[in-house]
Amino acid sequence: MTRKRRRLWIVLLCGLGLGSAAALTLTAFEESLVFFHSPSDLAVKNIPPGRTIRIGGLVEAGSVDRTTTTEGKLQIAFRVTDGAASLRVTYTGILPDLFREGQGVVAEGMLTPDGSFRATQVLARHDETYMPPEVADALKRAGHWQPGAPPPPARDWNTLRPAASGGTSRLTN
Amino acid sequence: MIPELGHFALVLALLLAGVQSILPLVGAAQGERRGALLMATGPSAAIGQMLFVALSFFCLMWSYAVSDFSVANVYQNSHSLKPMLYKLTGTWGNHEGSMVLWVLILALCSGAVAGFGQNLPATLRARVLAVLGMIAFGFLLFTLLTSNPFERIWPVPEDGRDLNPLLQDPGLAFHPPFLYLGYVGTAVAFAFACAALIEGRVDAAWGRWVRPWTLAAWCALTLGIGLGSWWAYYELGWGGFWFWDPVENASLMPWLLATALLHSAIVVEKREALKVWTILLAILTFSLSLLGTFLVRSGVLNSVHAFANDPKRGVFILMLLAVAVGGSLILFAWRAPALEPKGLFAPISREGSLVLNNLLLATSCAVVFVGTLYPLFADLLFGAKITVGPPFFNATVFPLFVPLLVAMGVGPLLPWKRADLWAALARLKLAALVVLAFAVVWIAAVDRRLLPALGFALALWLVLAAATDFADRVRLGRVPLAESFARARGLPRGIVGGIVAHAAVGICLAGIAGKGIAPERITLMRPGDVTTVGPHTLRFDGKADIVGPNWRGTEGRLTLLRDGREVAVLTPERRFYPVQRMSTTEASIRTSGLADLYAVIGETSEDGATVVRLHWNPLAPWIWVGTVLMALGGLISLSDRRLRVGAPARRRREALAPLAAAE
Repeated sequence: MTRKRRRLWIVLLCGLGLGSAAALTLTAFEESLVFFHSPSDLAVKNIPPGRTIRIGGLVEAGSVDRTTTTEGKLQIAFRVTDGAASLRVTYTGILPDLFREGQGVVAEGMLTPDGSFRATQVLARHDETYMPPEVADALKRAGHWQPGAPPPPARDWNTLRPAASGGTSRLTN
Repeated sequence: MIPELGHFALVLALLLAGVQSILPLVGAAQGERRGALLMATGPSAAIGQMLFVALSFFCLMWSYAVSDFSVANVYQNSHSLKPMLYKLTGTWGNHEGSMVLWVLILALCSGAVAGFGQNLPATLRARVLAVLGMIAFGFLLFTLLTSNPFERIWPVPEDGRDLNPLLQDPGLAFHPPFLYLGYVGTAVAFAFACAALIEGRVDAAWGRWVRPWTLAAWCALTLGIGLGSWWAYYELGWGGFWFWDPVENASLMPWLLATALLHSAIVVEKREALKVWTILLAILTFSLSLLGTFLVRSGVLNSVHAFANDPKRGVFILMLLAVAVGGSLILFAWRAPALEPKGLFAPISREGSLVLNNLLLATSCAVVFVGTLYPLFADLLFGAKITVGPPFFNATVFPLFVPLLVAMGVGPLLPWKRADLWAALARLKLAALVVLAFAVVWIAAVDRRLLPALGFALALWLVLAAATDFADRVRLGRVPLAESFARARGLPRGIVGGIVAHAAVGICLAGIAGKGIAPERITLMRPGDVTTVGPHTLRFDGKADIVGPNWRGTEGRLTLLRDGREVAVLTPERRFYPVQRMSTTEASIRTSGLADLYAVIGETSEDGATVVRLHWNPLAPWIWVGTVLMALGGLISLSDRRLRVGAPARRRREALAPLAAAE
């Protein structure tokens, strides 16, 4: 085999590799990119139920409600707020260790036809002074945290009431 | 006094690194004879730097051991009640300390090059040491300027703020050193690549010098990733072992490229082909290691690992990254065309299969790279908050790995230069038939899910192909058993290591596929309730309070029943660390070697029922057994005489020995 032929082979193979990588990436992007929305985004945008999304905000104080379903599973319902809007979230399973009222939380799942959010995964796995960046951003956009000002201290979130946080919490549906 | 000594030693090390990065380079440029004196400064500076960094590291460790809370770093990450093991490992359980560990490992590596590289050509050794010196200089400067571990605070606090409880764990205690050993090991391959570019010469000997370093780095990286995923499995309490978390990906990317580099270096060593590509791979592997450090240390990606959330540090590492990657790529673009290509080969040959291996590994790495960094770019460019989760990686990496794993069985059976694919496939006929029969029986009788079945079939294929390779090499069944045994003993260790590592990938894959069929159950249980998961029946016996040295918690008791008899007790815990105000989950795992029974308890509702999550993970332990065997394969290969740089004369004699014909 001549050097030229071999070079051609290698270029072809590399093209094949790059092409397949690009094709795989693009098709997978189409289906599996998960977008983050804050509760106020959801009140405005029309997200179809059944699409996997992430939502996040603070767990409303006093909103956590544990019930046992008919199949003997523990269902947890709580409200997630960004101060301007709130959203009911249901979840079945073990909550992360750091899940607490007033704490920042991110949940992955999908909207149900009745407008609430069914979480398949709840993420709150940092120490209590940590605020997920998406949540911090959502709070900023809702006007509860002016850019430049220090973030609201995490210890106060535990006593944060929707009314005291400035916005009037309203239902999204 | 001790912390100041450590700080001072670190500054001295910085100065020596500066000397090491300039003088040998100047000496090498002057030529072998005129620059001999300047080149000789390289090894001395490297060894001096190693001693000073080691001194500094031990000063820091000492401060942790005696709980000297006047040191800010110790105050922030330690506590007097913490067990001694975690006091010591806490040295690198934080940003500043882990940077000192990084620099220490780098200094040990360049000390090793200085000490054991006496038979390297003088100019090559000088240049390798100079490049290592530059990397060390950059990181020492970073540590001293932005993350000084020896900073004092006044007034001295009474007690520390404790280490993140998730990190107070034996698995994680040793995860960073191995990972860093891997990352830094790639720095040596990188230094060799840069030195070769400056020299303008790459030959088989170069391949032979680079390969042991790459192998060692690869082994450490494999073990480091394995430890990390094992930790995630038993500590995070989600029952999974790999989450495609950005930080995990940051360690997977260099691993993928290091694996590719390992294989392409063989081609350079044996056939003097793929030289330019191998150099590029060495540069890219180290760049990804640096990128991993940047992603983890800068806090741009959030994760349990993100200690540092200081933008100043991020910018500094980004600059280091730009200089190292940009500089080496410019050097590559400038000098690589001067490298003479040699060693022609046909597409179907051992070289060809290694090219395919490299292509698929590099493509997988590119795909993981895009998935990991896309959210970052999307946020910067479009302001969109996006997560790229496991579905993306599963959909992109799996299709690339299937051909890779299939080819992995065939590749080692192909001869160099030109091969007959059908002859190789004919040797694998038996293995292929067994795999096919297994797949049909499995799908028909056991489980209909396609992906796990494919995983098991490929796992079996890899193990059988490795066994075929071994049997062929010792001519099992075709010559008397005693002769086969003698042949097995005479096989070069490099070959044995390769066979072991390839089979180990199969074992690991079987464990991963096993997770695909693992049943789980989340249920509410009151004391006395009985539930089942997989083949097991368990009874919940309630909860009890327990107290540890620096935590308190509750412990659930689950009794494993077999035919109504009590066989074992599982005690999953939930711990609360008051100093850090953090809770952790401690899963209870009962393993039989073939399967894991995995239990986690959650919260208790008002009516006294506790959430219990149970997993039955068939073959799960094999994931880590496979990982350890992979690293073991690498170590066996590393012990090959021909790779031992210190034995050139013996190597030459061995090359003449008739056993070399076994290849």
